[in-house]
Amino acid sequence: MKLSRRAFIKSQAVVAAAATAGVTLPLTQLVSAKEEDDDEEIRWDKIPCRFCGTGCSVLAGTRKGRIVATQGDPDAPVNKGLNCIKGYFLSKIMYGEDRVQQPLLRMKDGEYDKKGEFTPVSWDKAFDVMADKWKTALKTKGPTAVGIFGSGQWTIWEGYAASKFIKAGMRSNNLDPNARHCMASAVGGFMRAFGIDEPMGCYDDFELGEVFVLWGSNMAEMHPILWSRLADTRLTKKGSEVHVLSTYKHRSFELADNGIIFEPQTDLIIANYIANYIVQNGAYNKDFIKNHTNFKRTPVDIGYGLRPEHPLEKKKKGKGGKLSPMTFEEYAKEISKYTLEYAAEKTKVPAAQLVRLAKVFADPNKKVMSLWTMGVNQHTRGVWMNGLIYNIHLLMGKISEPGNSPFSLTGQPSACGTAREVGTFSHRLPADMMVKNPKHRKLAEKIWKLPEGTINPKPGFHAVLMQRMMKDRVMNCYWQQCNNNMQAGPNINDEMLPAWRDPANFITVSDPYPTVSAVEADLILPTAMWAEKEGGFGNAERRTQFWRQQVDAPGMSKSDLWQVMEFSKRFTVEEAWGKEHAAKMPEYAGKTLYEVLFENGAVNQFDYKAGDIQDSDDNTYKNQESEEAGFYVQKGLFEEYRRFQQEGHKGHEQAPFDEYHKVRGMRWPVVDGKETLWRFREGYDPHVKYYKPDAKKGEVYFYGQKDGRANIIFAPYEAPPEIPSKEYPMWLCTGRVLEHWHSGTMTQRVPELHRAVPEALVYMNPNDAREQGLQNGSKVKVVSPRGEIITRINLRGRNKTPRGLIFIPWFDASRLVNKLMLDTTDPLSKETDYKKCPVKIIKI
Amino acid sequence: MSSLSNRKRRAFLLGLAKTACGVSLTALGISLYTRQAKSMPALAIRPPGALPEDEFLSRCVRCGLCVQDCPYDILSLAELGTDVPVGTPYYTARTGPCEMCDDIPCVPACPTGALDHSLTKINQARMGLAVLVDQEECIAFQGLRCEVCFNVCPVQEKAITLEYRHNERSGKHALLIPIVHSEHCTGCGLCEEACVMEEATIKVLPMHLAKGELGKHYRLGWDQKEKAGKSLVKPDGKRAFNLPEGVSYDYENSELTTPASSAPPVNKALETLKRGIKEAK
Repeated sequence: MKLSRRAFIKSQAVVAAAATAGVTLPLTQLVSAKEEDDDEEIRWDKIPCRFCGTGCSVLAGTRKGRIVATQGDPDAPVNKGLNCIKGYFLSKIMYGEDRVQQPLLRMKDGEYDKKGEFTPVSWDKAFDVMADKWKTALKTKGPTAVGIFGSGQWTIWEGYAASKFIKAGMRSNNLDPNARHCMASAVGGFMRAFGIDEPMGCYDDFELGEVFVLWGSNMAEMHPILWSRLADTRLTKKGSEVHVLSTYKHRSFELADNGIIFEPQTDLIIANYIANYIVQNGAYNKDFIKNHTNFKRTPVDIGYGLRPEHPLEKKKKGKGGKLSPMTFEEYAKEISKYTLEYAAEKTKVPAAQLVRLAKVFADPNKKVMSLWTMGVNQHTRGVWMNGLIYNIHLLMGKISEPGNSPFSLTGQPSACGTAREVGTFSHRLPADMMVKNPKHRKLAEKIWKLPEGTINPKPGFHAVLMQRMMKDRVMNCYWQQCNNNMQAGPNINDEMLPAWRDPANFITVSDPYPTVSAVEADLILPTAMWAEKEGGFGNAERRTQFWRQQVDAPGMSKSDLWQVMEFSKRFTVEEAWGKEHAAKMPEYAGKTLYEVLFENGAVNQFDYKAGDIQDSDDNTYKNQESEEAGFYVQKGLFEEYRRFQQEGHKGHEQAPFDEYHKVRGMRWPVVDGKETLWRFREGYDPHVKYYKPDAKKGEVYFYGQKDGRANIIFAPYEAPPEIPSKEYPMWLCTGRVLEHWHSGTMTQRVPELHRAVPEALVYMNPNDAREQGLQNGSKVKVVSPRGEIITRINLRGRNKTPRGLIFIPWFDASRLVNKLMLDTTDPLSKETDYKKCPVKIIKI
Repeated sequence: MSSLSNRKRRAFLLGLAKTACGVSLTALGISLYTRQAKSMPALAIRPPGALPEDEFLSRCVRCGLCVQDCPYDILSLAELGTDVPVGTPYYTARTGPCEMCDDIPCVPACPTGALDHSLTKINQARMGLAVLVDQEECIAFQGLRCEVCFNVCPVQEKAITLEYRHNERSGKHALLIPIVHSEHCTGCGLCEEACVMEEATIKVLPMHLAKGELGKHYRLGWDQKEKAGKSLVKPDGKRAFNLPEGVSYDYENSELTTPASSAPPVNKALETLKRGIKEAK
């Protein structure tokens, strides 16, 4: 009998082990032949990884309707065949034994009951009950009583359909993605400085850059493949340096030439110090700031995004983020207080380290790539901090050119492609448009063929506000898709949990697995994931990548896209919009939202019949949604969405739908089939000439702003909302580990990854532990005013914290660490701060 | 060049004698173990503090007290029919590694000293040695970002370090290669347990199987120099080179510094040579 692949691997390991032991065994040739036989039956097709924002591409191997293997795509420019350990196990994430396979409704005696048991029901029954709740809420409280909480892991069309359903169908703006918890501050930073979202540079800067500065990112674990690119440059390029800033020592310090541990929140001081160093030494690029920037100031003392009655909110004197002009001299004066002495004292960073960092920025000949993620974004002054990094790059003109690149990394596979570009936020429309802006609403209403005034001009409830509004019974119907907010969200004991379990509210959770969120819901909808649907993601470097549906979803599972479209069939326009508004378009009378939103002549313009979707080798693929709808749903949605890019503010263009199925992604703006690597510089970006016809070669023009100038925005240091006290003496920072993705619902179901990191431990300073009589492995309670978790101490692990700070990852469903966090947000971006919360540790 | 010296500073980039297979050759003290323990199966590991196998067997009274005191329940007593001498304690790393308790409860539990009571610091235990036995299958060697063994290692950044190497195949991604150091590895087996491969590519082996030995006739020069803290033979003084005017050469860092001006450099040595030849006439 021939050996299986597994047996082959085993036999190889035996050989290797035997070799170590000094024994030689013959290696049979037969097994390799058999391996090739097996591979012949497998169909390989490209698909992006569905974990982080890096956007690695893999080839999924399907045999008999099941993904049996994956391989890193050797032709993918991002990862060249490589994967991290999560990506290595992609083929296993869909096959956890506890997939939800049918709708589950809380029922008692055959009827929906908030206190009932989860009971399998049909899709019809599920949507009947749900639609009834939504209609009641709409009737009694209006459109703001319903909402969807989505995800940066949604496919592009899932986000787009949900946005259309909520904003056009429900006339509500209560749509927000979990990306709010993730990179809303980054968006705020982009919009304020450049007037247009997403990085100007791209991943090629990893090879073209020289100095890399991590401002609050553990790339070594969170963007593993990008880290190996950065590391390769550090290894092979002369003069290359890596600077890492963090509040504790993590794995990215492995490569740090200058590893900086600063006091939480004092990154604001470091950034201002560097700007001051540049100005004081006259190192700034005079031409650049004269021709391409404006100086602005932002209101200060703006609170912490808490409930208005919170004492910290009552104390604030300022409000919002309206910018006012200032001169360079005024700016220089404001930052002049951030001297080296002041910075070193406040940040507790040795002065020499700060100077070393400042010098690489101030040196006009050094190419610098700044990188950041949650350390900067999950910050009560996250938008400010994003801006302060841009300030430094703008002062030096180190921007929008190969190797000089302030680069905001994203955490999720389509935080850019879906959450940001489609605009699934409570204040946004596609292509960087805003619900507040009448012109933008008008364009959306034109593209969506809606009566004037359909789109609500008032921004909806953001992620954290949704929970508060539900707790206050202002919002009653909530539909969560493609994320696990009960585990991810802050302060759930005080806000989210009571809100969800309140009989006044109806909570629907769509998920492939019974997550912490699902068990607190009233209705669980079985959901197709990743390769079980046709999809598109956009990664951190503006690369849009598509994939085809590879396999069927198990049981009755359906994609979020199908669910939204199907649910929209339950509403007539009169029910959804009210009779008066519906009467503005008599041709819609009596029609369902499905007909108005999806059978509108645009979304349904491409006919579909089974067998239509083929790859270049003539393999055919299914498409569940299109099969049911009778039109190519994804293509229709994408092509309608592209109109926003073409008819709105230019600079967001994506290629036609079909093109993306042929390539491993393209970086927008895509004009005449050409990708854009560096934006805002003539020669690299075709839009510069469009907006400034006389632009010379190499000239920079920030066309997101009316005058083509980026904003250098002064923002001072302000203290965090809470600081450690006698009662709660330790800082708590939460985050991720390399082996697990977000709340662990997928990776914890991969046995190997679970075995590698089975539980969330407390990383603690050994001296702090000793003082409390704790040793490695000691069981402890971690307590904040909002709750407690029980876990064990790790003094030997990968994260080394300074005294007074602990780190706990949040992937572990049995230890909901984020509930300890106060629901503070950046008042501008509404993004939660998960990086600093005072706690105490109790030995048990 | 400062970056180079920085590189040298860090453990993961130390250019010491580490083979990719992962055993550093610096801890010669352990070689004493390498000719012992002949009869045990390769994957059965004795508890911390176990004496060399022959001595252990003569002292161990098969009482099972160490097994009883193990809080993680990883120790077993060998049964009839296994290759481990009947009644003696052992563990198998892949299914239940030693969790390395700070207070090592199994050791004081031993009434006969078969587990050496002088072992009080768990980091000094040498139960076996982790060996990256299969570099062909280990995905780190292909550039995948795994490092699970490194991440779970309880003697962090010492027993296993990562060596960053250029990936010739992709051309733009570094390889992060795990390297085991015998001077720090306790042989606990947490790495073997956690290894995500279907068959672990890193395994804890008894010392006599895991450890090679350098010929007694040879020393690694750089290693000896580091141990001595200085060159064994006085190093040369500053070197002088024939160089064009304005050009300096840093031999240590292979750095040739040329003048900023674009004028062709003048080789004075040639002049001297010419002059010298003239004078000789």
